[in-house]
This record gives sequence, C-alpha cells and structure tokens, in this order.
Amino acid sequence: MSVLILVEHDNTEVKASTLNTVTAARQVSEDLHALVVGANCDGVASAAAQIDGIAKVVSCDAEIYQYGLVENTAPVVASVAGNYSHVFAPASTFGKNLLPRVAAMLDVQQVSDISEIISEDTFVRPIYAGNALATVRSTDSLKLITVRTTAFDAASEQGGTGEVEVLSAGTDSGLSGFVRHDLTRSERPELTTASIVISGGRGMQSGENFNMLERVADKLGAAVGASRAAVDAGYVPNDYQVGQTGKVVAPDLYIAVGISGAIQHLAGMKDSKVIVAINKDEEAPIFQVADFGWVTDLFTAIPELEAALD
Amino acid sequence: MKVIVPVKRVIDANIKVRVKTDRSGVELNNVKMAMNPFCEIAVEESIRMKESGAAEEIIVVAAGPQQSQETIRTALAMGADRGILIETDVPLEPLAISKLLKAVVDREQPGLVLMGKQAVDNDNNQTGQMLSAVLNWSLGTFVSKIEIQDDRFEVVREVDGGLETVSLARPSVITVDLRLNEPRYASLPNIMKARRKPIETLTPDELGVNVTPRVEVLEVNEPPSRQAGVRVSSAVELVEKLRDEAKVL
Repeated sequence: MSVLILVEHDNTEVKASTLNTVTAARQVSEDLHALVVGANCDGVASAAAQIDGIAKVVSCDAEIYQYGLVENTAPVVASVAGNYSHVFAPASTFGKNLLPRVAAMLDVQQVSDISEIISEDTFVRPIYAGNALATVRSTDSLKLITVRTTAFDAASEQGGTGEVEVLSAGTDSGLSGFVRHDLTRSERPELTTASIVISGGRGMQSGENFNMLERVADKLGAAVGASRAAVDAGYVPNDYQVGQTGKVVAPDLYIAVGISGAIQHLAGMKDSKVIVAINKDEEAPIFQVADFGWVTDLFTAIPELEAALD
Repeated sequence: MKVIVPVKRVIDANIKVRVKTDRSGVELNNVKMAMNPFCEIAVEESIRMKESGAAEEIIVVAAGPQQSQETIRTALAMGADRGILIETDVPLEPLAISKLLKAVVDREQPGLVLMGKQAVDNDNNQTGQMLSAVLNWSLGTFVSKIEIQDDRFEVVREVDGGLETVSLARPSVITVDLRLNEPRYASLPNIMKARRKPIETLTPDELGVNVTPRVEVLEVNEPPSRQAGVRVSSAVELVEKLRDEAKVL
C-alpha cells in the first residue's frame, strides 16, 4: 500500500528533514506520496515531486496554511491519511507539533521519533533520553510515525517523477492566528544537518565568548550549538540547544566546549561519529563519551585551536 | 478562569536509568521517582497565573498507579488547589491519557489546560497535541512565554528556527518548554497545608475511557555504549588526530 510523507517546508523550499523522512518511509513501501500543505507553495510541490522515490505529490495550497497552524493543517492531513498504510513526518518541531493532533483525530496511537525500522509495524525508538532503546509494535491499522532524522540518510533531491495532484482547501478554523517569527539568521550550516558541530556550554561564561566558537566554526564550515545551560543563561538563542528536548544531532565531528555532559545533553549528540571534549574539569562526564578529550582552559584552548586550523 | 494541569510521575530526571536484565523495560523498583520536570514548569506557571489574579482555581490531574498521588501532593504543596487521580495500573499511552483528560475537561470546564511538552520517560511529546484534537481546542506547543489577553492567549513557541508567536482563541491547550519559568520549591508549611487539600480518585471505567494499549513493547535494550578515547594536550595534537586518525577534517 502507499505511504504518505508530510513535507516540511517554508513555502519556498523543502526542508532537509523531509529527505531523511523519505529514506525511512522507503523501507516500508516503494509507493511514496508526499503531502505539501502551505500557501503559494507551487515551487515546494514541484521540488517534492523531484525527490528520489516520490511517485506523487498531493498539494493543498491556500492562504490559511501559510504559517502551518495545526488547527488548519491537521484536518487536511487527516482527510487524506485514510488512503495510506503509514504517514511519516520528521520528528522536528514541525512534525512533533502536527502529527499527534492528526493521530488523535484519527484515533491512532502515534509512534514518535523512531531510529530504526524493523518491519512495517515494528520500530525502534529511544526512550529515557536515549538511555534505552524500545522495540515497539503498532497494532493500529494506520501507522503514524515521526522519524529521528539523524538516524536515516537524506534521499536525493533528484530522481523522482511525481505528478502533482491538487487538493481543495478547507476553511479557517478561527482557533489560532500567526503573530510573528523571530528566527535566528545565520550563514552557517543548519545544526541538524551540519557535518561538523561545535557547541558551547555554561563554561563559555557569556554570549560574547561564543564569538570564539563562531570563528572556529567558520574555519571548519561548522554549525554552532549549545547546551541547555548556555541557552538558559541567555548566551545564545533557544534554537542552538542540543539535547533530549532540544535538537538531536549526529555530525561526523562534534566538539563540546565547556560542556559538562549532563545525560540530557548527551541524548542529543552521542550518536555523533567523533566527539571532542574540551573542558577544564577532568572529571566532567563528557569525557566518558569523547574520542578525544582535552583537559584545559577553553579561553586559551579555543584561540589555539583556531590558529592550529590555519 | 479555571486551569487544569496534568502531571506525570517519572523516574527522577537526574538518575541514569537501567534496562532490566529480562529486557522487558527499565528498572522502576527502588528508583527515586519525581514529577516530570516539564510538568513542574506547567504547575509553576499556573500558580503565577493565580497569583496575578488571572486564574481562580488550579486542578492537578494525574493518571497512573496509586503512587501518582505523591506527584499530585507535590503540585498541591507548590500551590495548586485540588487534585484528581485517575487510578489504573495499565501502562497509559498518550492517546488514552488525552481521552481521560478530555473526560475531566468536560466535567470541569477549564479555560486552559497547561501541561509539559513531553515526559522524560517515554519522550513521546504527544499528549497535549492529542488533547487539543479531541477537544477541538486551539493548541500552543513548546511555549516559553504566555500573555493572557481578553479572550485569547498570545504565546511564544520555541521552534527549530527560533521563536514563533501565535495567538490562540480560548479555551486552549498549551504545552510548556524549559524557559517559561523556574519552578519554586514547596515550603514546609505549604507541604503541611497540602496534606489537607482534596484529591478525588476516579478510574478510566468511571470516565468511560478504554485505555487498552495500542503499541506493544516487544523489548527494551541498552543503547550501544561509547568508550572514552584518548587525551590530547595541545591544539596541534588535536587537529592532527582529527585529520589523520579520525579523518573528519
């Protein structure tokens, strides 16, 4: 049977999280459809149709969907979900916000944040901040699933031959309205897809000191992240947070600077290929998961690292 | 405005869990339990609403085994007014909990359900969203700021790209994120006072909700563990190792 993928986008481009979700969905079925709900999102629908493996795109395009308010978008997803065996969405704030609302409308118990697909009804998902992996079997006839994007490779943006089918729009629920976005602008790679991430913790002591990490990041083509402590202290914005309840990252190289390594932080980065820890406290738990540990004062170490990269 | 705050009893967030040797789950015996940290933030926010005059009554609801009463008592000691325990030993899934909470909402008619965005045991991040669906109410998830307006809530949401502000028509379900507030500790006099606050006990049957699980847990395993690697003592050495041994530069 066909499988539906919810496309995450900003009305202009398909977000990378969608590509990982396609790879996960493809392990269940070769007949993949993509659903684009947005406003003036023709370009997104055509781009989604090009993704390798996508056979069809269903597009629902109207002003009321511009900001992805779930009160309006969930009924669209619910109205088409019955045509499919599975609906997949990325476990990003987009998918986490939307899919459970759809699931309850359809009386389905969603399976969240899967990291492995065993069979069409059996999945592995991390629980307890990744300190245990549960293998679970869904008994609902329709499966609604969010995908841990770092656990699946990105599908190619080319190769698909999907046709775009237009779905007529619903009506505005009137329950909610968009007010504004305060989005962090950065020329650096996105945290969840970057191949190198350098993160700072409480040890950075101020927001200004993050400039040191940014200079190293720019030399490495890296994204900059942070621990909860650094975000709570106001050093950097919320979208920098790596951890159990923030972003989950799994880059080739993760450099933790002045981060002690609480289990909630480790939950968000311990699947990185290589981990470097720089911390002056040699007892810091981060060293227990680090491939390379450097016990030193970060305020001298980071400029040295920057220089060594020349 | 009446506010309902659902709370969950979980393994204390500071404790590293152990997977049971028979792989049926994680060890819950003789492990320190506590209120889910996100639920604490929701309780705190409701108390601040009461202190500011925006909320008249705070009802704390827990669903689960009899011991969940302790979690309700903690919330009452922080300043909530009364509790409802929906007692069952069946492991509850988010969909079942959302139906139980809907039954309570139908009875109590609150203007707001304020709850944690996720529980740190199963990390599902579903219940609030599901409750908003079964009630057909407005939904604000991952909220770090709430402004109460005449007949709406204006909330700031922590999303992947930064912050998003939305306006919700009341009544609403709002799920809270870490930076909304810092929860208070209950004072000793308030802990004593909380002992006299009422807790009503109900069952899923009394609320007419079938809580049979839909997702079967086949096994629970330890994740692959990482080993501590080597120590370096200079930036040059680190860069060499990353370049030549790890080959990630």
